[in-house]
Amino acid sequence: MFLLLQANTTELYSLRDLMLIAPELILTVCGCVALVMEVVLPYRKSKWTAYFALVSIGLAAASLASLYFANRDLFPLDGFYGMLRIDGFAILFKAIFLIGAALTVAVSMRYLDVEGEQHGEYYALVLFATVGMMFLACGFDLISLYISLELMALTFYVLVAFTKREKRSNEAAMKYFLLGAFSSGILLYGMSLLYGVAGSTNLGEIGRSIGVALQPSVNELGMMTSGIPLRPLILLGVIALSAGLFFKISAVPFHMWAPDAYEGAPTPVTAFLSTGSKAASFALYLRIFTEALGGLRGTALDWAPLVAIVAAITILVGNWAAVTQENSKRLLAYSSISNAGYVLLGLVAGNSYGYIGIVIYLLVYTLMNIGAFGIIISLRRRGIIGDNVNDMAGLAQKAPGMAAMMAIFMLSLGGLPATGGFIGKYFLFGGLLQRGRLEEKSWYYWLAAWAIINTVVSFYYYVRFIKVMYLGERVADDRPLALSPALRAALVVSLIGVIIIGIYPQPFIDLAQKLITPLTAGALAFR
Amino acid sequence: MKIPYLLSIITWLPAVGGIIIIALMKKDQSSLIKRFATGWFALVFLISLLLFSYDRTLGGMQFLEDYRWIPVIGARYQMGVDGVSMLLIVLTTLLGLISSLSSWNYIQKREKEYYALLLFLQTAVVGVFASLDLFLFYLFFEVSLVPMYFLIGVWGGERRLYAAIKFFLYTLVGSVLMLLGVLKMYFLTQDTALTSQITQGTINMLAGPARDMVDNSYQQALLNGTGTFNIIYMQALGSVLPMGTMQVLLFAAFAIGFAIKVPMFPFHTWLPDAHVEAPTAGSVILAGILLKLGTYGFFRFNLPMFPKASGDQAYFGGFGVRTVMITLAIIGIIYGALAAMYFVVKRDGDIKKLVAYSSVSSMGVVMLGLFALNPNGINGGVLHMISHGIYSGALFLLVGIIYERRHTRNVAEFGGLSHVMPGYAAVFLAMVMTAIGLPLLAVFISEFLAMRGAFEANPRWAAWAAIGIILNAGYMLLLYQRMFFGNIENPKNEKLSDLSGREWSYMVPLVVLSLWVGMYPKTFLDYIIRPVNSVVQQVQPLYPFPGARPTESQRAGK
Repeated sequence: MFLLLQANTTELYSLRDLMLIAPELILTVCGCVALVMEVVLPYRKSKWTAYFALVSIGLAAASLASLYFANRDLFPLDGFYGMLRIDGFAILFKAIFLIGAALTVAVSMRYLDVEGEQHGEYYALVLFATVGMMFLACGFDLISLYISLELMALTFYVLVAFTKREKRSNEAAMKYFLLGAFSSGILLYGMSLLYGVAGSTNLGEIGRSIGVALQPSVNELGMMTSGIPLRPLILLGVIALSAGLFFKISAVPFHMWAPDAYEGAPTPVTAFLSTGSKAASFALYLRIFTEALGGLRGTALDWAPLVAIVAAITILVGNWAAVTQENSKRLLAYSSISNAGYVLLGLVAGNSYGYIGIVIYLLVYTLMNIGAFGIIISLRRRGIIGDNVNDMAGLAQKAPGMAAMMAIFMLSLGGLPATGGFIGKYFLFGGLLQRGRLEEKSWYYWLAAWAIINTVVSFYYYVRFIKVMYLGERVADDRPLALSPALRAALVVSLIGVIIIGIYPQPFIDLAQKLITPLTAGALAFR
Repeated sequence: MKIPYLLSIITWLPAVGGIIIIALMKKDQSSLIKRFATGWFALVFLISLLLFSYDRTLGGMQFLEDYRWIPVIGARYQMGVDGVSMLLIVLTTLLGLISSLSSWNYIQKREKEYYALLLFLQTAVVGVFASLDLFLFYLFFEVSLVPMYFLIGVWGGERRLYAAIKFFLYTLVGSVLMLLGVLKMYFLTQDTALTSQITQGTINMLAGPARDMVDNSYQQALLNGTGTFNIIYMQALGSVLPMGTMQVLLFAAFAIGFAIKVPMFPFHTWLPDAHVEAPTAGSVILAGILLKLGTYGFFRFNLPMFPKASGDQAYFGGFGVRTVMITLAIIGIIYGALAAMYFVVKRDGDIKKLVAYSSVSSMGVVMLGLFALNPNGINGGVLHMISHGIYSGALFLLVGIIYERRHTRNVAEFGGLSHVMPGYAAVFLAMVMTAIGLPLLAVFISEFLAMRGAFEANPRWAAWAAIGIILNAGYMLLLYQRMFFGNIENPKNEKLSDLSGREWSYMVPLVVLSLWVGMYPKTFLDYIIRPVNSVVQQVQPLYPFPGARPTESQRAGK
């Protein structure tokens, strides 16, 4: 009702608004069609749904591209009365989600065959989760952001439990659901506090109100107030929001759910959870902390030290805990925790280097992580789990190509130059150094040194895969790998992406720079 | 004769060979693979000889290549060599050929991957020496770890897994810290308050014929609003960098990375493990070339980029950065020699470990020479890199030859070998004498120059280092005596065959080279004198070069 009055028109939304969310609409419709297809098609043809999902992701990508090329000079575009904002940031993240979703669908087909769980609704769920992520990237209002987050989270609870005959899958889903619901509550609490301070749920409005609230002003008694009465409220809001978001990106100390959920979930879901869901949570994090809370940087309520401390601990705990893992999914779960810490560094840096770093890193991470999980999937056979690190023994002799790919994914995860992972880390660390120089504070340098020393630890466990594959004489199991054309294609695409970004990152950095710059400007507007 | 893209060809040709092996050859064609790989190495070596057309009178960077690569961060594909890196590249291609030739019998499993990795390693190492862009340099520098990791890990000895991961992580710690230094230097090139102080004269002095390239990189960077990674430009920047905590930290960031690679004294523990476990060719490349990445790094980066820190003797109160480096170098010389001696005195020591520790000692001499900061010292340090490449490579090959026959490297197992293997004994003697520093052999010249430089800088340094050199002679002679003199007491040694034709073919060039450097070092010194002088000028602008007329200000100062 309020919206109606505000708009001062009888029309709730215009065609233009619908055009802005065309990719999401396509995916939603296709998701519904996929649900119907599952009912109509016989079981042995349920793979058709998978191909249909791939096609619909392709359509959404095409529509996203046309949206970008038609409007790129007009960004940022607001739609639905400021509920959504389409800008370069949103487009970039949506592209990452679509890539992640396509790769996930491609690696899932084989896995579900092996498990005997080839159901069409799986692909529908993946599509719905993608829709949630995409709305997270363009939401510009606490309400729309929260709803998108829940859409994504709810579908993931189901996806984690998808192999319903597996005990571990059910256990993982239960843990994930309980803790996820809990964290959503805390997040909501933080949002409501922000609403209380600002009187609006729009991120832009919140940003302005907080800017005003912190302005020194003279009250009726003739005293300087400098927004002090509101400070505790804002602080509490920031802390609650951060706690909720730290949970979503599995940052320490809210990371406990991740290893269990990652280990128990079906492997392709783990891949999607650790890349798409994490990238979406980062999109949400960035949006709120730059657009609404960006003004707090450099004030007494600066959240950067908090994020920096969490990032430092996350990097430490994630890396050291991964060292002792035997299960490769669990190992990659801890690696994913530590990677969340690295991406947080970009937020701490809060400049264009940092943001480029976040985007590039999340893109590369999506490629290399899904690639790594794809190889783990190819080892899987019914009855044999295939997700122990030692199950890769002798892969170099059995399947040299696969072993080489895995080695490259692992080196890229560690951040070796000439792979995409290095470019991402390069920008993240560069952002910190630049910020340290700008603010003349040395702790940025020490944080960068801390993070970079810990990458050496990460190499220890990434190289373990290489050691097992190449250096051992033993072959774990000499039967041929379970490969399918789609899985193979997904692996090759990931590999090419990782290598191209590593060797010739120019177009990617250029694009990221162009699309992210407005965000940087917004974040620094209050300074 | 000028060949376009010469450096790129030398850099990338080995990798092409590696790809050919992987893509076109089958696992069981091992004799084809090793012949092809050796032939390919020989081809690359011959091509690299064209680098001797480097214009010695001109100095500076030559054989330049400059292309756009990643404009948004200011990284360019820039290649070029001065006399020092050119000699190191030729040494690399020579040792590559030799190590391939020496592996024919030693490597009996997975030959295909082995020779491909040797070729890839060569690309990475030559790339390090040829890069003029710090980003490109860093890429090659780190990537070189991976093939070496596999060489140790797959074809190594019993504890190869441990040695491989130790090598990998140790050297990685240093290079990741260096990345922070690289980033900081990059941001400093955007600092107009500093860059406006750089004089064209400094750039001309450092770049020589490459000055257009340097200017162009900077102009491009300004145009794109980025910094530049051009190494020469960063060196020029170093001349105006104020001395202070920042410069010392930057020095440390680069120095730790290179010191681990060298390895200098407290960071050396990976080296004996890696050497002992690596296959012969791996040891040859490790000692002959990979260690030089560290000393080359000091020569190319630490000295000219942070001249004030390099010459500093007072930053930490009573001592300074240079004092620390010199002290570590001297400790390395003496400690390495003592440790090597231990392995021959205790009677059943591992010969490879002995040679490895003698490398620690030798690298200490290089570092001492470099941080003497005068022409003699740096010339000596650079030449010692070459002579060390010759003699330590040769000693590892010789150890490998006896290991192939007896499958042991234990000193106590041998004795009286000169009776059954006279040729082997002769070559071994030549190399032991080289290592000791006998006049007319390579090490004599380089060690003499390095010590002469150290003496010039501070006689006490030279005195301490001399102790290590005496010890050096001690353990080498003792080793030779244990292995070759006396009667054959171990029946297993009675039927050993002398060097085969293939073995002669790769040992003779090294002996000849050692004699060449020892008798007529001018051939090589001519190439390095000018680059060394410009480094000295950068570190000590007031250094009185012989022949050069002192400037007015200097005269007034006196």
